[in-house]
Amino acid sequence: MATTSTSLESRVSIDRRIKDFSFTTFLSISIVASLAFIFYIIYRLYNNAGYLLSWDLVTFFPSYDIDTAGFQSSIMGSIWVVGFATLFAVPVGVMTALYLEEFAGKRNRFTALIELNIQNLAGVPAVVFGLIGLAFIARGPLSWGFTVGSAAIVLGMLILPVIIIITREAIRAVPPSYKEGALALGATQWQAVNKLVIPSAIPGTATGTILAVSRAMGESAPLLLLGALSFVTFNPTGLDSGFTILPLAIFKYASDSREEYQVLASAGSLILLAILFAMNLSAILLRDYTLRKRNV
Amino acid sequence: MSTTAQSGSAVMSLAPSTHLRRRNLIQLVITRLMASATVISVLVTVGIVLSLLPTTFRLLREITTQVFGTVWAPLFTPSQYGMAPLFTGTFIIVLIAMVIAIPIGLAAAIFLSDYATFNLRRIVKPILEILAGIPTVVLGLFGLYVVNPEFVEKYWPIGEPLAYTALGAGLMTGILIIPIIASVADDALSSVPRAMREAAYALGATRREVATKVVLNAGLSGVVAALILAFARAFGETTIALMVAGSYPKLTANPGDPMQTMASFIGFAGIGDAEVGSSAYNTIFLVGTVLFTVTLILNILGNRFIARFREAYE
Repeated sequence: MATTSTSLESRVSIDRRIKDFSFTTFLSISIVASLAFIFYIIYRLYNNAGYLLSWDLVTFFPSYDIDTAGFQSSIMGSIWVVGFATLFAVPVGVMTALYLEEFAGKRNRFTALIELNIQNLAGVPAVVFGLIGLAFIARGPLSWGFTVGSAAIVLGMLILPVIIIITREAIRAVPPSYKEGALALGATQWQAVNKLVIPSAIPGTATGTILAVSRAMGESAPLLLLGALSFVTFNPTGLDSGFTILPLAIFKYASDSREEYQVLASAGSLILLAILFAMNLSAILLRDYTLRKRNV
Repeated sequence: MSTTAQSGSAVMSLAPSTHLRRRNLIQLVITRLMASATVISVLVTVGIVLSLLPTTFRLLREITTQVFGTVWAPLFTPSQYGMAPLFTGTFIIVLIAMVIAIPIGLAAAIFLSDYATFNLRRIVKPILEILAGIPTVVLGLFGLYVVNPEFVEKYWPIGEPLAYTALGAGLMTGILIIPIIASVADDALSSVPRAMREAAYALGATRREVATKVVLNAGLSGVVAALILAFARAFGETTIALMVAGSYPKLTANPGDPMQTMASFIGFAGIGDAEVGSSAYNTIFLVGTVLFTVTLILNILGNRFIARFREAYE
């Protein structure tokens, strides 16, 4: 055994072996560097603002005095806006995905157009969604102003294509035999989908939805245009309420060059990262759990 | 057998029972409901186009060839609408981002498709997902507080970099798009059939040779798609450019200088509650139209390439 392997290896010239070794090293360094970068960002933020971390930071309202400044209104604003965006985008997204996968029938021009549309909508820069929000929702026909409602529609439109794409993948992963069995027994298409396809697609859809929602949670650009970059010292009370969001509260402190505001911006980033990591982790665990369940 | 009895009763009432009719009605209502939900995504696209174009054309009729000038100062009086500084700013930042992200992103993709064991893959993939999940405002903060003062200001040899630099913004945007390149390219490389790899190994190729000469070539259209989509993402990135490269539209080729990108101009001019019809309001729609058109073309192109590798291997 040993002799064969040496004789085989010796046929690979030393030159090629060096190239292979350096390539492997390069790949490993790239991966390790990506991981190290995540830790380095967190380390620097923590180094800058770790001493500020306490419940006060979450429960206090924004202030120009670092000792009494917190992020409550922006955290609540993020929850309100992203919550309503989800309420809008998930039902519409799931219905669209179900229609395209289960009810649209054969591919025709209409479905091809919709598919092209969804793909491209997913690639539209986030800030452009702020422009449609400004032109039609906050101003113009709807004139809803710079409110939670306007912001929720804009973020909802932003995550809609993501939710559609993810749900379609989850639906496609359900074996067609489930549905075919039900159809053969005389169920209508909707009965088969409702009783068999939807339950099996829920874990995949949930995982994807959490990821899409966490993306909306971290998004800042479109809401720059919807007046969210303001000093808000109250929690939203309804859809017509003014608001700010956590990423833009961070942005606001960061754009001030005074050092104590930099510390506050870093502290806000730590809170935001904690929220997003918790969401991502739950998505990853959910996916792992369902994969394991399916494989057993 | 009971079938005779059943078929007998079926003959007696050829019309569907109320129960069956209700079932079919539900089916019909739900199909209609879903079809109308589908229309919403189209309405969003139509809405974007309708929100952009009228204002853009109105402004263009007013300023015509001024857009080809070299000074971008739409918010001052007299206004100047030369878009050249926005173009150079955008392309320099995107270029820096691509230079950072292409080697690392492709390395991650090749690692995932050809080097990692199943268990290692299960660790590396979530790492990339977490990297993709870092919000742009945090990357911007890091660029502003760490990269600009500690790296660019200290080590950049040309000129005297200040608080805002295009280089810092390019680097952070690069980190933003690494996971995009990695995941799209990994999809492509992983779908290259095993048989192609095995044939190459059988001919005596080493692992690097298989990965770079066989797999990378076979999955090339997917890799190209990854690069195009990442380019489009970097092109439209607003927050990082605004925080790290500043908001001064300087016509320069020195990455140590501040710059303004198209997207960051929209963010910058849109902050101050622009009045409908004001110069600030009109110009963000003009720039938005350019941004939307360029990313649309890139996305259509990128998705074509994705479709091509799907056709070949799936």
